[in-house]
Amino acid sequence: MNTIPCRKMFTDTLLALAKKDKDILAVTTDARGSVTLDSFARELPAQFVELGIAEQNAVGVGAGLASAGKKPYVCGPACFYVARSLEQVKVDVAYSQNNVKILGVSGGVSYGALGFSHHSLHDIAVLRTFPGMEVCLPCDIYQTKKLVEFLVNHPRPVYIRVGRNAVPNVYEDFDCPYEYGKANTLLHGTDLTIIGTGETVWHCLEAGHKLAEKGIFARVLDMHTLKPFDKEAVIKAAAETGRILTVEEHSIFGGLGSAVAEIVVQETPVPMRILGIPDENVVHGTSIEIFHYYGIDTEGLEKAALELIQK
Amino acid sequence: MTLNTICEVKRLKLQAEEIRKRLLQIVYSAKAGHIGGSLSSVEVETALYFHVMNVDPSYPQDPGRDRFILSKGHSVEAYYAVLAAKGFITQELLDTYGHFGSKLAGHPTKKVPGIELNSGALGHGLSVGVGLAIAAHMDGRAFRTFVLMGDGEQGEGSIYEAAMSASHYKLGNLVAIIDRNTLQISGLTEVVMSLEPIRERWEAFGWEVFDVQGNDMEDLVKTFDGFDYASEKPKLIISHTTKGNGVSYMESVAKWHHGVPDEAQYQLALQEIDARINTLKS
Repeated sequence: MNTIPCRKMFTDTLLALAKKDKDILAVTTDARGSVTLDSFARELPAQFVELGIAEQNAVGVGAGLASAGKKPYVCGPACFYVARSLEQVKVDVAYSQNNVKILGVSGGVSYGALGFSHHSLHDIAVLRTFPGMEVCLPCDIYQTKKLVEFLVNHPRPVYIRVGRNAVPNVYEDFDCPYEYGKANTLLHGTDLTIIGTGETVWHCLEAGHKLAEKGIFARVLDMHTLKPFDKEAVIKAAAETGRILTVEEHSIFGGLGSAVAEIVVQETPVPMRILGIPDENVVHGTSIEIFHYYGIDTEGLEKAALELIQK
Repeated sequence: MTLNTICEVKRLKLQAEEIRKRLLQIVYSAKAGHIGGSLSSVEVETALYFHVMNVDPSYPQDPGRDRFILSKGHSVEAYYAVLAAKGFITQELLDTYGHFGSKLAGHPTKKVPGIELNSGALGHGLSVGVGLAIAAHMDGRAFRTFVLMGDGEQGEGSIYEAAMSASHYKLGNLVAIIDRNTLQISGLTEVVMSLEPIRERWEAFGWEVFDVQGNDMEDLVKTFDGFDYASEKPKLIISHTTKGNGVSYMESVAKWHHGVPDEAQYQLALQEIDARINTLKS
């Protein structure tokens, strides 16, 4: 069982790369602990910028650093960076095309019991509408490492969301397949397609295995990059499997399900079901409890897939 | 003042009036623009681009260049006229302002050579300036960063986050300027939302504060020439100006925040500016 959170894999990988490139900077807002940047701050103090509890300033400072040729990673809880400092992300980063990476940790409902103020269930919806902004949700530690290694040589604004807790591995090792902007096919079924992103991908894979035991063979796609979006994989899945089920740790409005539906209805209309968090204040609980309550875990996915297959 | 300084100030005054005339022309042609705050900030931008800053229009991306951020992005007409006068863009391109498909938007964008940041939303520029100034310190580079803000803009709370971080990181290479023309779109700043005491507020944030007559080229030159950019304190210039400066009927009248002159008003404004240009040339 994996015990390393993706945020830790992100910062450990970044630290190793930053030791070889003095332009890689970590910028944070009194969140070095929650981001797991303590080692970075201790080992590379000259590449670490603490700005106190001031997210708006942090994103603007990040844009200034990038404008001068630096490679800043502005890191903190996702809920604040995609709300409090959203205008700075929009104007100083996306619109101005400054090479700033925004690392939103403890995203989605990671801070489940802390309430809606600490949830970020709108980030995909909002950020994918900003021209020039890219969005990634890695699903496990192996993919997170691959992503960080890609990002340091990708001079464009990117938002990355990872969760707080360690999650089960989807892939077997650090040699996992990874191509930015291209979905990974985890199971090659033809009865329906299940598409997940971030922490829901493991549940998609588990549900795929359980369905197979019942003779239903699901295609499972890991949509790790929400923007740029792998349109071809969706069209192919719709054409070849005839049904699509999406699942995300995000509002049912505007996220992965919407992105898939936008393509499906215009290119290859097939029955779809979008699983996510409904339009309500989320019930208090742990991530696991919340996933189960809203049916975005393995059990809920299996049930939804069985319903969809009847259509 | 030395003879050299007198000559320099006269040169800059003439340059400023020529820029003033051009920004008036493009606002009149476009039938749009934020003319009041452009007119008030002409002298400070002229002083920066023609006296203070190390910038080369033939090499706009020079890593060693000084940086200018127009945080009050709506005053873009003055900025475009300055960039054209300096040679970053052509006068022909300047004349396309406000016309369909022009490269020159109603707020600054990096598509235009010489512009460092897409701005328009207020309260952003100083944070970006802090980032630039920190980067200069990190790399031991000598470039300086200048950020021009509006006085109405001072209502944005993010400015004070940036102000706090600038003194924390001892950014003596950062200069913020407030175009203190005392008017914002709805009227007097002190009626809309009190900003005073600006000096004491910024001093409390750890800044070195300079009160300057911002439409007086001599005062601007003297102030900038006296700066020690190697010091540990960021600098704030409170640039006391007149909104609509240089066009008599626009001066200190709030409605000229984004007014457009009619034909008769336009001709009158041109006459006033031309008269000063002729005097300075004689």
